[in-house]
Amino acid sequence: MDKTKKKNVITLHESQLSYLRQIVSPQRMWVRGEIPEDYSHDELGGITEYPDVLIKVESTEEIADIMKYAYEQELPVVVRGAGTGLVGAAVALQGGIMLETTQMNRILELDEENLTVTVEPGVLLMELAQFVEEHGYFYPPDPGEKSATIGGNISTNAGGMRAVKYGVTRDYVRGMTVVLSNGEIIELGGKIVKNSSGYSLKDLIIGSEGTLGIITKVILKLLPLPEKSVSLLIPYQTMEEAIETVPKIIRLKIAPTAVEFMEREVILFAEDFLGKKFPDTRSEAYLLLTFDGNSARQVEAEYEKAARYCLEHGARDVFLVDTQERKDSVWSARSAFLEAIKASTTEMDECDVVVPRNHVAEFIRDTHELAERFQIRIPSFGHAGDGNLHVYICRDELVEEEWKEKLEKVFEVMYQKAGEYGGAVSGEHGIGYAKKAYLNEQAGRVSMELMRGIKAVFDPKNILNPGKVVS
Amino acid sequence: MKILVCIKQVPGTTAVEVDEKTGVLKRDGVESKMNPFDLYAIEQALCLEETYGGSVDVITMGPEQAKKVLHEAVYMGADRGILISDRRFAGADVVATSYTLSQGIQKSGTYDLILCGKQTTDGDTAQVGPEMAEFLKIEHVSNVLQVLEVKKDEIVVLENQETQVRKLSVPLPCLLTIEKDANTPRLPSFKRKMERIEQKMEAISLDDFSDQNQKHYGLAGSPTQVERIFPPEKNTDRQVFTGSAAELAERFTQILKQNKYI
Repeated sequence: MDKTKKKNVITLHESQLSYLRQIVSPQRMWVRGEIPEDYSHDELGGITEYPDVLIKVESTEEIADIMKYAYEQELPVVVRGAGTGLVGAAVALQGGIMLETTQMNRILELDEENLTVTVEPGVLLMELAQFVEEHGYFYPPDPGEKSATIGGNISTNAGGMRAVKYGVTRDYVRGMTVVLSNGEIIELGGKIVKNSSGYSLKDLIIGSEGTLGIITKVILKLLPLPEKSVSLLIPYQTMEEAIETVPKIIRLKIAPTAVEFMEREVILFAEDFLGKKFPDTRSEAYLLLTFDGNSARQVEAEYEKAARYCLEHGARDVFLVDTQERKDSVWSARSAFLEAIKASTTEMDECDVVVPRNHVAEFIRDTHELAERFQIRIPSFGHAGDGNLHVYICRDELVEEEWKEKLEKVFEVMYQKAGEYGGAVSGEHGIGYAKKAYLNEQAGRVSMELMRGIKAVFDPKNILNPGKVVS
Repeated sequence: MKILVCIKQVPGTTAVEVDEKTGVLKRDGVESKMNPFDLYAIEQALCLEETYGGSVDVITMGPEQAKKVLHEAVYMGADRGILISDRRFAGADVVATSYTLSQGIQKSGTYDLILCGKQTTDGDTAQVGPEMAEFLKIEHVSNVLQVLEVKKDEIVVLENQETQVRKLSVPLPCLLTIEKDANTPRLPSFKRKMERIEQKMEAISLDDFSDQNQKHYGLAGSPTQVERIFPPEKNTDRQVFTGSAAELAERFTQILKQNKYI
């Protein structure tokens, strides 16, 4: 996380620039000083570096042509979607070329017989959700950041809120077109439901954060849109009490779509940030459960079972979030948590670990102890239902040195604890640059060697997003 | 302080279709919900009850199934629900509805304060509240952003006048319509639902009113005659022009002039 690091930053020669100008419209190409500041960082990764050239790409073929040249010239290439990442994956650490995909944002086909939608990588998650819902379909993965591109989302495999019931992004990617580091174009998977034909290269690309290939088209699996959905907002005296209930709710054999936990402190930040009051802030901790299905009766039966259980086991109340207005009042706050915490402090860093859900309560207790021990603020929220936590360490008024020192120590304990509980470094935000050391530590030598071997096969010249994930 | 909140059941979605032959809203199979504007009025009432004590009743006019919104208001915290229901009220316009409600309110009790949402999402007239106040011969203020203070015989409120906010003292009893987003309405409580599951909503009909003249109610009591309701024509014509920014601007100006927009 050294912001001043300036080694191996590649600048292109004039001849290389003029070659690129021949294959790319100059109106979509920016060089050095012309590149807007936004492209030098993501939303949290802690690193800043400008690419030497920024190209807003338009087609698979164009990307292939650029890659052939980059491969020949050994120029680093970083792909960027909307830049909403949190671990520095879309920062051009070594300069070179940045390919930005937001202009490849067409929805190409809705196949109602195979239940798939085919899109370009620059389509935003909110655009995708709106499009399929207008046609009566449902794309379940639901990361909090709706202005992320689908390409970027697949590159981190961020799963979002509905993973408890529906699984993560990986489960909905049927096929993709990928440009390899040498410019070759390959098709992986397809509209097929099953596939036992050799290694799943498609699944290697998913979550590879731009280090193995460039996704230029994806085929996504859809479901029929559930007709009814109701959320329950459940207040508790303490966070531990709230989270300890979660595995027990799962044991009731009902299938909530989402199980989120939120602390009062974070809700209050969201109120300040949005300038809008949350419907209830009288309790220390809340669970937010969602149920969906095709009949009001079925959804009601499920949520009533959960509601009764919670009331009998320590919940202070159970509030019904059953209309669009009510959903907006609760979920708009939930969607603003990250930005709200960010606005509450001077600087922050995050830990996006995932642990088995019966260890979530322990992990949150650990973070509270750490906050106490190191005298540092550690607000959190996250997906209690799937064990993926978003924990934020806030700098507030700490001086640089003390902040760095505390941050490192806190992170060390957190990742070690997560490991002990059988968890992993990242549940959905990825490794990028910021979490490399922790991945190395946790995955171990053998796994890391296998991953590096895979990287070497896909990208023998190490030009695709160098310095990230495994390198 | 005794407070009454007037609420209404409306279609659960904005995508309601109009039957072009009959001009009637196609309500079959469309889920209903409480008029979202009324939630602000309920919240305001419950906050006043918390501060000043008293009670909160809710009243609605509609068929039997409109009881659903009364129950919902009770789950939010209201004490008592009253349904004004009678076939003879069918076809009521704004005036007849306001008159019917005012009759029902007089039958339901004596109130210090009557609150309404500023309008409904189906009728959208924003007239029923003020008209009721006229029939009840009490003062009213529309689009109230905030209740500042309740004194012995008056209430101090902020009224939204779009370009300015007016502070008003109004003698009690009076009627207020509450502005959208004046507060964040609380959510219905499942716990309260379990506690109140047996509670019956009270029903009153024309037979209970002091004015028994049927000509004052329903279609007969409605000066407004709806001739036809139809969805607005959808125009999907479009022309696409290409060219440089300067050419397009020139072209666009020409078209605006041709169509006499400028």
